Amino acid sequence: MITVDLDKSSVRDLNERLHRLPPETNEKAWRVVNPKGAHALCAGLTVPIEVTIDGHPGYYCAGMNKEATVVVNGHCGVGLAENMMSGEVRVKGNASDAAGATGRGGLLVIEGDAGLRCGISMKGIDIVVGGSVGHMSAFMAQAGSLVVCGDAGSSLGDSIYEARLYVQGKVDSLGADCVEKKMTPHHLAKLEQLLARAGIKADPKRFRRYGSARRLYNFHVDNVDAY
Amino acid sequence: MCGIVGLFLKNPALRPSLGRHLSHMLIEMTERGPDSAGIAVYHKPVKGKASKLTLFHADPHFHWREVGGALGEALKAEVDVETKANHVVMTVSAPDEHVRGWLKSHHPEIRIMGYGQLMEVYKDMGLPKQVAERYGLGRMEGTHAIGHTRMATESAVTTEHSHPFTAASDMCLVHNGSLSNHNNLRRWLVHRGHQFETDNDSEVAARYFAHRLGEGASLAEALEAGLKDLDGFYTFTMGTRNGFAVLRDAFACKPAVLAETDDWVAMASEYRSIANLPGADKAVVWAPAPAVVYTWDVQAAA
Amino acid sequence: MSAPTSPTPMPPRRSATFDEYAIAEIHRAAATGIYDIRGFGAKRRVPHFDDLVFLGASVSRYPLEGYREKCATDVVLGTRFAKKPIHLKIPVTIAGMSFGALSGPAKEALGRGASAMGTSTTTGDGGMTPEERGHSSILVYQLLPSRYGMNPDDLRKADAIEVVIGQGAKPGGGGMLLGQKISPRVAAMRNLPEGIDQRSACRHPDWTGPDDLTIKIQEIREITDWEKPVYVKVGATRPYYDVALAVKSGADVVVLDGMQGGTAATQEVFIEHVGIPILAAIRPAVQALQDLDMHRKVQLVVSGGIRNGADVAKALALGADAVAIGTAALIALGDNDPKLEEEYRKIGSAAGCYDDWHEGRDPAGITTQDPELAKRLDPIKAGRRLSNYLAVLTMETQIIARACGKSHVLNLEPEDLVALTIEAAAMARVPLAGTSWIPGQSGGL
Repeated sequence: MITVDLDKSSVRDLNERLHRLPPETNEKAWRVVNPKGAHALCAGLTVPIEVTIDGHPGYYCAGMNKEATVVVNGHCGVGLAENMMSGEVRVKGNASDAAGATGRGGLLVIEGDAGLRCGISMKGIDIVVGGSVGHMSAFMAQAGSLVVCGDAGSSLGDSIYEARLYVQGKVDSLGADCVEKKMTPHHLAKLEQLLARAGIKADPKRFRRYGSARRLYNFHVDNVDAY
Repeated sequence: MCGIVGLFLKNPALRPSLGRHLSHMLIEMTERGPDSAGIAVYHKPVKGKASKLTLFHADPHFHWREVGGALGEALKAEVDVETKANHVVMTVSAPDEHVRGWLKSHHPEIRIMGYGQLMEVYKDMGLPKQVAERYGLGRMEGTHAIGHTRMATESAVTTEHSHPFTAASDMCLVHNGSLSNHNNLRRWLVHRGHQFETDNDSEVAARYFAHRLGEGASLAEALEAGLKDLDGFYTFTMGTRNGFAVLRDAFACKPAVLAETDDWVAMASEYRSIANLPGADKAVVWAPAPAVVYTWDVQAAA
Repeated sequence: MSAPTSPTPMPPRRSATFDEYAIAEIHRAAATGIYDIRGFGAKRRVPHFDDLVFLGASVSRYPLEGYREKCATDVVLGTRFAKKPIHLKIPVTIAGMSFGALSGPAKEALGRGASAMGTSTTTGDGGMTPEERGHSSILVYQLLPSRYGMNPDDLRKADAIEVVIGQGAKPGGGGMLLGQKISPRVAAMRNLPEGIDQRSACRHPDWTGPDDLTIKIQEIREITDWEKPVYVKVGATRPYYDVALAVKSGADVVVLDGMQGGTAATQEVFIEHVGIPILAAIRPAVQALQDLDMHRKVQLVVSGGIRNGADVAKALALGADAVAIGTAALIALGDNDPKLEEEYRKIGSAAGCYDDWHEGRDPAGITTQDPELAKRLDPIKAGRRLSNYLAVLTMETQIIARACGKSHVLNLEPEDLVALTIEAAAMARVPLAGTSWIPGQSGGL
């Protein structure tokens, strides 16, 4: 385990060291302490290492992650794991706005709550939230899955494309073109897998599924209120 | 576009170190607002009908003592003047509206940064660290304080354009974001007798809230009304005699973090400002929800 | 008394307000219930560089000898923070245009033409294709609000990164690529179903405002290890403030696109009625840089209606470091070629008028995803046409610069220009020809 203390070294030093690691590196276990809200921690990782951050990082923690596993023992700022490609990011606390934004792959687990616009423009990432998500989550979500064990804020899945949304609790309101869909055995199995991968205990049967009504896929004047 | 910080001390034992903590919080927000910085500190209340004003004049050698003497004679009041860089705190044994009226007619060039019975407001150009040092923020004690670092969007970088903006006694406002209907709202307020000192959209918000409060609205009601009348993006923090309030617009595009322990409540644009407060690692940390009014009251907490 | 003569018949009179375009648009809107979407940039006449002329050298100043005395054209972009700035041989770059809006051969041709002249091309919404990277010696990668095709590997493969906040054709607006162009490949790159209307967001999903942009730029720099220049692109609306804020947010280069700048597809009302002409945008932008003591330290690239070397020289004289061309580059590749007149007629347009770039039926094979149409464009020949055109732009710029006695095109100054109209004088902040009058100079920004 290599420990980097951000009271003593800079974010630049940390990221540079992590970026230089070759894919076959033996330095696979890292621990970062005293993040104190610093931005872009562990952004742009490309190799299968595991980094644990003790404390609260700022914006864009684990941004554009590939292959790596990043675990945060704390709360994360805006844009957690934005545009993640693969690997896993796990937050033991809460995440702020736009968690998992535009993510294209990998697994993002937020054990606490996520803020506004969780999974905005998601493009293939799987996001599992142990708590609740805020307003406008999964806005323009294109692909991937968002699992919410708590409640969802207003306008969930507004202008959604093909992403799949599963919510156990209450949904304040659905956004334009987002509708409740039938939970088929296929979806139930997928949800069960996601919860298992995320290590979150919940009964898949208690969830409801939401997705696109596909009414906005091609413009029609009678849907003008939705634009 | 900016950084906002606010600290409200529940534990009286921490009050001597209010300024030191706020100073660290403000300096963490330097990148969000390198143009200017400002603070409002609530402390040392004056009693009875007396008032306390924070005043600014661009001339560092301005004859404050003579002005204080003339003011005292005119209002038949005791006047005390304490200089802090190019600001002064003037304590007068008369209500603030009398003092403001006299100053406006006799010294219209003096800027009134803040007024009331316990709020002092300091704001100036430069990096937060420089501003904090210039006004001795680190040594200030008190119950609560708010601060602002500014990255100017559409109005000038001057001392006057810096936040916080004061529009009522012991009330001030800091803002991160930009309003999109402030010109119409300004005309509406001018029509109702409000006078403006800058072209800053945040001043419009401050005077709007003062207007609602003046109509008899409670703090929460005034902020609720703002949700309907103010268009655009904002995270506001409003300092009041007894505490502070936080409001984000319904889109909540600008960030905000709240944290609370048994000893304090803190608000900041980013967590990094909160990270070094005592016991921050054990604080409850959350993001304020959009279009929800949050208020804290020092008397309720004490 | 003579019999009254029959009155001369009154000719039918058209309304200047309800002209034939206005009437046709009302009929079209009433029939379809959707606003008109099209490509290209503003088509109505707006104040432009044509109303400026250079003051060539004569007795008070001396010109340089054409062809013999060197007039340099190289420009370096990204000198502020990046470890690896961009070195361009000419002050003309290719603006961002997406694979999706353009065919694969068109993107390849842009890369070939630009690389031959030592300048850069730019990706667009939808990501980077291997063909594009392969044929562009200098490639700028756009980070757009939609993040279609956004990929950290491509980010690291790029030579510079351009954070797109807006474009001149539609500042404040998102985009719409109609289903006809969402081919299997485009759909896969953008993680979308085939054949749907693709909507693009107007704001970035994970930041809003200059304070958060500072942090976003920091993230991009961290991911690319502080090597690549970071550009910020804005549509021209309030250039003084926007440029100042881009600088404060940490940009290396600011790209400023005027209202004549093209787009693949947006609402006609946006193209013609939102944003200001590039002529009016450059001076306030340069003033912002000068006020921050950042002129030439943070480079300014301007675009929107650049057609010839005179336009390039005028933009540089007003204070830009380089220009970008989009529409002109497509025309150089063969867009709107009169040779295709018959085919343009078949799709309800005419050579010189074709702007339905979003429909994917381009007979020139440029703005299409139809494999048969795309095949019509030979990327080698089209690339050659583009490099020829870039060479002409550069030589024309040099001709003007030499005539003004400059050994480098960047030494052109506003004082080398005068205006032929009051409006051009006011917008470019140069005197009306023959006078010392610059209208509006007392009015502030």
